[in-house]
Amino acid sequence: MRSKSYGDKASLGLKIGAIGTLLFLHVPLWVIFLYSFTTDESTYSFPLPGLTTKWFGVALQRTDLWDALKLSLQVASLATVAALILGTLAAAAVYRSNFFGRDAVSFLLVLPIALPGIVTGIALRSAIGSLEIPFSFWTIIIGHATFCVVVVYNNVLARFRRMQSSQIEASMDLGANSFQTFRYIVLPNIATALLAGGMLAFALSFDEVIVTTFTAGQQSTLPIWIFSQLVRPRDRPVTNVVATIVILITFLPIFFAQKISAESSDTEGETK
Amino acid sequence: MTNSAIRFDKVSRYFGDVKAVDAVDLEINDGEFFSMLGPSGSGKTTCLRMIAGFDRPTSGSIHLYGQEVSDLPPYDRDVNTVFQDYALFPHMTVGDNIAYGLMIKRVPKTERAKRLDEILDLVQLAGFAARKPSQLSGGQRQRVALARALINHPKVLLLDEPLGALDLKLRQQMQVELKSIQKRVGITFIFVTHDQEEALTMSDRIAVFNQGKIEQIGSPSDVYERPASSFVAGFVGTSNLVSGEVAKRITGSDQKFSIRPEKIHLGSASDVLTETMYKANGTVRDVIYLGLYTRYLVSLDDGGDLVVIEQNLKTTSMDVLKARDQKVVLFWEKDHISRVGG
Repeated sequence: MRSKSYGDKASLGLKIGAIGTLLFLHVPLWVIFLYSFTTDESTYSFPLPGLTTKWFGVALQRTDLWDALKLSLQVASLATVAALILGTLAAAAVYRSNFFGRDAVSFLLVLPIALPGIVTGIALRSAIGSLEIPFSFWTIIIGHATFCVVVVYNNVLARFRRMQSSQIEASMDLGANSFQTFRYIVLPNIATALLAGGMLAFALSFDEVIVTTFTAGQQSTLPIWIFSQLVRPRDRPVTNVVATIVILITFLPIFFAQKISAESSDTEGETK
Repeated sequence: MTNSAIRFDKVSRYFGDVKAVDAVDLEINDGEFFSMLGPSGSGKTTCLRMIAGFDRPTSGSIHLYGQEVSDLPPYDRDVNTVFQDYALFPHMTVGDNIAYGLMIKRVPKTERAKRLDEILDLVQLAGFAARKPSQLSGGQRQRVALARALINHPKVLLLDEPLGALDLKLRQQMQVELKSIQKRVGITFIFVTHDQEEALTMSDRIAVFNQGKIEQIGSPSDVYERPASSFVAGFVGTSNLVSGEVAKRITGSDQKFSIRPEKIHLGSASDVLTETMYKANGTVRDVIYLGLYTRYLVSLDDGGDLVVIEQNLKTTSMDVLKARDQKVVLFWEKDHISRVGG
């Protein structure tokens, strides 16, 4: 009896802790969600003076908002694609060959993600400026790729290290050339690592503010647009509407990514 | 030389200053079960990898059925390999693993299925095609690796210590099975191992490797009964090496020779020796009773020790243990010694 009541107490503490953590993480999101329906257009007053869906209509009319969202999606997609290609190649090089200074190269690849964004930003700005490349859509992508490559590289390298390297030799031995070996053996082995790394890279790029402000020309990505909206409090609920939409859009891929990585870690456990 | 499957001409492979393979000449016949035997680091695996194409010779040339292959990539050579760790593809089923080579060569699906069934029968894995490698035992994975290589009908099959990860019982069973599969398919097998028993059991011929060079090539009985060097005598089975003054007293020549422990008979001064025998006097220093046989360590009066093995045909443990500290006469057929260099 005693041990049971002791167990109950502990699990009650755990429950409170878990609920507390969840509230801490999610209450701000609900606040944003709630205030996207408020009738009050400039302040956060509680309780809400009234409920309305008119801000969704207003948001729909705002072409500057949709341009920013479109730009953000384009930048994030292209930066992710660049990161997938460059990150995989870098990981393959570091994994397969044992060249002089390999550890240094590995360290230099990972460094950009540890550097404060402000340093990366100013470094890129002066580099791009001194090369006389006009600041544009492409310079934003270059800026984002610097840290997106790292997350793909790390994920893929970790997967390569867990992969039996004789598989590649076996494939070549059975008549497959390098391309076929990559297509049938390497890619399936690293697929989930690419997916996880790619999604992380996309998410990092999508909400990046600091590097973007240094590398963008006249364009504003969605985070920069939201930031600029906070400066002038008119139509404030529109930003809440945008935040709500982003939360809804983000929910699905994260949900599936969790499922996929849970499944792949199961099968990896089996093969060992 | 039309029927040589593999020919090495002065093949060397250096890793920095290390001569992993040092000017090796070698000829392997068509349809032969050929073993490369040696301790780790002796160059046998490097030779195998050069035949497969994973490694290229620093100098010298390798011919596969008369065709120079030294610089061909692995996928352009008509050889297949069974890897030490099997190297099965974990994301594919057993069937897809085995048919991988045929899929790459774009063999039509119906023929692929037919050959898959045949090969699954050959390695006794019928009904396993839909499983994943992770669902198989070690012995079954080994068969999958073998089937995956054999289904391509390679000219030469390379086996890199394929039985190393199996337990003793399974290993002995697979030795017999490998040999019978080789006879049935008639493909040249090149088998790398550090286990002399494995090499003696299965091979038509054995090459004994040491420090990047081949010490001896010959049939199992040649290598065992007529070791060409003291290394071979010591590595293949156990052997007594006698040299110098002691050798001179026994045989009349101071050239080093080796004699197998089981060829030596343990006798007493009253035994009558024929002209065809050598003899040596000594004292039994130690007796180790091993059930099937007994091992004696005998100190010779002229110096040096000899190991003698006698089967316990009529003796019991009580009988043999009495031999300790007794004066004995050792004798053996002159034919059974093997003069070795170095």
